[in-house]
Amino acid sequence: MTPALSVSDLTVRYGSVTAVRSVSFDLRAGSVLGLVGESGSGKSTTARAVVGLAPFTGTVRVGERDASSPRSRDAREARRRVQMVFQDSRSSLDPRFTVGQCVAEGLPAGERRDQGRRVRELLELVSLDPALVRNRPGQLSGGQRQRVAIARALAARPEVLVADEVTASLDVSVQAVVLNLLRRLRAELGLSMLFISHNLAVVRYMCDDVAVMFNGRVVEQGGVDDILARAQHPYTRALLAAVPEVGQRRLLSDAAIEASTAASPAPGPGCDYRLRCPVGPAVDPGRAICTTDDPGPGAPERVHAAVCHFASTRQGTDALAGSGELR
Amino acid sequence: MTTATTLEPAGPLPSPALPAEPTASRARPWIRFVASRLLRLVVSLLVLVTATFVMVHLVPGDPVQAALGEQATPQLVELRRHELGLDQPLPAQYVHYLRGVVTGDLGRSIVTEAPVGDLLGTRFPNTLRLAVPAFVLVILIALPVGLLTAVRTRGGRGRVTRGVFVNVTGLFNSVPDYVMATVLSVVFVVGLKLFPAAGLTGPRSYVLPVAALVVGPAASLSRIVRVEALKVLDTEYVRAAKSRRLPRRLLYLRHVLPNMMTASLTFGAMILSGLVAGTVLVENVFGWPGVGTVISQAVIQKDFPLVQGVLLVLGAAVLLLNMVVDVLLGVLDPRSRLGALR
Amino acid sequence: MSTTVPTRAAARRRRVRLPGGVALVLLLAFVFLSVAGPWIWGDAAGATNVVDANQAASAKHWLGTDDLGRDLFARTLVATRSSLVLAVLATVVGGVVGVALGLLSGASNRLGKVLGAVINLLMAFPALLLSIFFAVLFGIGSVGSVLAVGASFAPGFARITQTLTASAISRDYVEASRVLGKGPVTVVLRHVLPNIAEPVILYTTIHIGTAILALSGLSFLGLGVQPPSYDWGRLLSDGLTRVYITPTAALGPAVAIVLAGLTFNMAGEHLSDLVGGRRSAPRQVDAAPAPADGPGATGTETSSRGAHAEGLADQAFGSSTAPAARPLLEVRGLRVVYPGPDGGTVTPVRDVSFSVAPGETVGIVGESGSGKSMATSAVAQLVEAPGSVHAETLRFDDVDLTRRTKDDERVLGRSMAMIFQDPGEALNPAIKVGTHLVEPAVVHLHEDKPLARRRALDALRAVAVNDPERRFGQHQHELSGGTKQRVCIAIGLMGEPRLLVADEPTTALDVTVQRQILRLVAEVRDETGASVLFISHDIAVVSEISDRILVMYAGFVVEEASTEELLARPAHPYTGLLLAASPDMAADRSRPLPMLDGRMPGPGVDLPGCYFADRCPRAEQDCRDQRPPLLQIGAPGHRAACWHPLTADDPVEAPALVEERAAS
Repeated sequence: MTPALSVSDLTVRYGSVTAVRSVSFDLRAGSVLGLVGESGSGKSTTARAVVGLAPFTGTVRVGERDASSPRSRDAREARRRVQMVFQDSRSSLDPRFTVGQCVAEGLPAGERRDQGRRVRELLELVSLDPALVRNRPGQLSGGQRQRVAIARALAARPEVLVADEVTASLDVSVQAVVLNLLRRLRAELGLSMLFISHNLAVVRYMCDDVAVMFNGRVVEQGGVDDILARAQHPYTRALLAAVPEVGQRRLLSDAAIEASTAASPAPGPGCDYRLRCPVGPAVDPGRAICTTDDPGPGAPERVHAAVCHFASTRQGTDALAGSGELR
Repeated sequence: MTTATTLEPAGPLPSPALPAEPTASRARPWIRFVASRLLRLVVSLLVLVTATFVMVHLVPGDPVQAALGEQATPQLVELRRHELGLDQPLPAQYVHYLRGVVTGDLGRSIVTEAPVGDLLGTRFPNTLRLAVPAFVLVILIALPVGLLTAVRTRGGRGRVTRGVFVNVTGLFNSVPDYVMATVLSVVFVVGLKLFPAAGLTGPRSYVLPVAALVVGPAASLSRIVRVEALKVLDTEYVRAAKSRRLPRRLLYLRHVLPNMMTASLTFGAMILSGLVAGTVLVENVFGWPGVGTVISQAVIQKDFPLVQGVLLVLGAAVLLLNMVVDVLLGVLDPRSRLGALR
Repeated sequence: MSTTVPTRAAARRRRVRLPGGVALVLLLAFVFLSVAGPWIWGDAAGATNVVDANQAASAKHWLGTDDLGRDLFARTLVATRSSLVLAVLATVVGGVVGVALGLLSGASNRLGKVLGAVINLLMAFPALLLSIFFAVLFGIGSVGSVLAVGASFAPGFARITQTLTASAISRDYVEASRVLGKGPVTVVLRHVLPNIAEPVILYTTIHIGTAILALSGLSFLGLGVQPPSYDWGRLLSDGLTRVYITPTAALGPAVAIVLAGLTFNMAGEHLSDLVGGRRSAPRQVDAAPAPADGPGATGTETSSRGAHAEGLADQAFGSSTAPAARPLLEVRGLRVVYPGPDGGTVTPVRDVSFSVAPGETVGIVGESGSGKSMATSAVAQLVEAPGSVHAETLRFDDVDLTRRTKDDERVLGRSMAMIFQDPGEALNPAIKVGTHLVEPAVVHLHEDKPLARRRALDALRAVAVNDPERRFGQHQHELSGGTKQRVCIAIGLMGEPRLLVADEPTTALDVTVQRQILRLVAEVRDETGASVLFISHDIAVVSEISDRILVMYAGFVVEEASTEELLARPAHPYTGLLLAASPDMAADRSRPLPMLDGRMPGPGVDLPGCYFADRCPRAEQDCRDQRPPLLQIGAPGHRAACWHPLTADDPVEAPALVEERAAS
């Protein structure tokens, strides 16, 4: 089956800085793929490149169609099938527009005549009172605004929805409203979703597959349960060990604590995680290969395509296949 | 929830996350910083020189004919054109002009035939005698007044103070320097007969021109200083400093003042370069023997070499002032130094 | 710090607004003069009468006459038209050219750089110099001076337009529009122009005033309007030559120029106040009192607090089993009040009581608007006027915080340390890291600088900052987020910390860094024996480090218990929701998350009953009528403010928690 979204060798450069390095992933039709990583890991830049907001090299395919070229008509048409919901609904909705105008902006040219009815339908779809059409975004709560943004994205009848930290600026009690809504939309409309979040617990709840990013590249990807249970990359394990959980008291333990607090990735050849790696050369001098060889090239042979010299190698069956089903 | 992800490149021109732990190779940003400012100054000066050169050639009609009047004989015009080098091809004229500017030879006045350089040499110091004390006074008045008012009117307190301050500075701000000069002259020279009417005739003759120059800029700068100080007083780092129970003097002088300097000085530079221009008008009111009394006559008489000379000198003074302020900012605020390097 | 009396504040605000009316009246007067002036006084202004020449002010000629015996008062009034019309024209010229340049450079990256550099260069030159330059180019006279002043305004207009455009174009809603496939023209027309129009119009209004001054200045120099035409500047320069004979001849036009300049400046500023006031969005920051929203926004807080509930609360406080030792920090009946809009008050912190024992870590959990940060600010004495702090008891060690002295300041400075949410904001950008550390030691402990420096390096080492010597001389922007927060903690170590107040110290950080900082806080606590007051919106983070947890909602403590007790047996439905609404690593993915839409009542809302009732699935009529006091429930030290607390039979994932649809 053709993936809903297929990204290969995606690279984004800003001047001398490479924000995203050769990222590849497939988003299976009807599934949700999570992108996780710390700030600066390139996950949001990847999302922006996919929807055409950041210049990139590499290929992005939406279903059967190529969406890589920045200007061609076909690529633009293909990109319209990918819509994005931003982190901060306060700035993603024009303060001068009414809710109705915001949503209507997403409607394709052909549906303008029936605008009023479509807007009402969309608002109902995202569980908002259609009576809100005349309100301005400033009058709504954060959760309501985020739902307006989702309705605007849905108005364009997307096949893929890119959700970039959509709950990061919401309060806990309201976050659940948006998460539940996205899950319902996915089930009802068969949407495929690229779900970007720094919160692994949210990613686990929302996603079928997950790709972990570090310093601009995907260091591990696979089915979400598989990754959580058998993480190959030490960075993934460090992330998992840092998820705060009610009543667990794990954060103060020593499990998978990183070797240093260095904020920038390691320079030069070798693995760029090595300075912080809890099991790398910083703690285990025997692992000299990490300082000399880039673990990237061997990744396809390893489980979860892990970018780590010491990850298990793949044996026979494709570890990625059919691993991430919604329980 | 965390706002961590907002640190990711988000705009169309994302500034890539700075290497957070910079390496030692960046240890001496000073030389690059000052060099970049010097380069900017040189480029600006070049643009200024070129603009004054081009100006003469963009004036409709023949500048020499215009300067000498309709009655001038063609022979005289031709002679003057030759003297001024206006009969040479443009590139040659430009090179000649550039060389002249560098060596201090600014040509001769069309009207009086006196060397422009000499004239400015005697007159420009007089202009500076007005501008520099005014400059210093503006700073000395605006900074404390603005900061004090900010402290007094913070968080909606001191509404009366605020009202008085805003209205008084607003009024002074709206009185242009030449009107202020006129009013001062009417009151103190004509009315009270306290000061000499015109000219540079001793220490007392400085009072009124300098006062006329200071009032407006001091008012507008103190408004800016107040707004900037209010912004800084509202920041988290001032709150943090308060949480450390630092004494007030330390809080305001060390934590507030340096941070409001960036914006204050940037605006201050604009206001103060306006002050250089303001001398032109004020000199005219008080008959001060500076460059200002020369320029209006020169423009009316279409004495282009003289106009060029005055614009060059005043323009260069303004550019130099801007550079000094830029470097000062670099000293006071490490961020602006960093900005210069990006 | 004092209570603001609402009515007086409101009255003062009304008085301050008055000049807006003055500006409007003056504006109308100038418009009238420029339309009708030449008709009414035109003849008088033009009538020459050599006999009456050069007269001083008199009843017949209010401002005297000029050398041809023309009435100067009439001439000043008539000159309004030419002065204003020329000023408007000059502003329009400058505005059109500048806005076009600014839009071009703001909308395109490559062109923008070049144009930006040119604009920067032009901005460096004072308008008068540019005007003289252009006056030479365009020739002397009305047209020349209008073009000259216009041209000298263009860079300013270009700059403001460029800045506004660049900022508007990087907004998420513009990007969303681009993702929807809208072209650049649509984006500029629909999103950019409407959002920059207002500030540009304001800027224009103010610049008409500036143009009047500039044009008069040129005329004054003889470079502007040429005789027989005249404007104020011309009249002023003519008058100045006769200032000894008839001073009024110069004063009349001078006053006119100042008044006109002032009028347009004031009009512009008031317009911008109006627009700014209308557009300013309610601040959502926890610490800031948001304007009232929702019903019942006005009314005073104290009148409605039921005496009954108050009594119960006191009783409850007395009965709670406080930790055996005398608490280090004791807070009782804390209230923080700010003057609200329309002369009312808002109360971000309504009723907070708690204590922190020596060595204890107490966590405060709440969402934005719960008042947790404001309560913390009150404890740290950081609430400033016009806010005011009221409390029955607010005591830290031996210091009564409600009336502290100079000596108390020193005690606080030494023994109370604060960590803020955004370490980048909390460190002064203009000051070196080292200065931050040395300063409190010099001020409060009277250490000499070398000693303070040695101790500062030790403190940096203690918080595991690598290469402390180098960090000591750096500025905050040279450090990573995690290192900045470590530095903030190190500053606290410079005194003799007994209480560490951490206000969302990990919220701005990545999870791995959050973990490091949490571990560091725990380490510092264990080594110094200090108590910790740890504030966060994330109950999971709080539960990692705290011995006891307070849950805050709408300015109240709604539940308080030891961490184990609270997690195992939450009593308040809101606590139950907080625990269940955020998915954890064991969440059941086959079911939707329990959730709760709606909003917390704002600080201006005044309700007689429970502030959570409107969103609470368990609420009944009594909840709305009467506020539940914080009473002991179950285990000792477990208190909750709820008439219908959750019991063991109500699982945390109460099915009753509102349906998705119902809430919107």
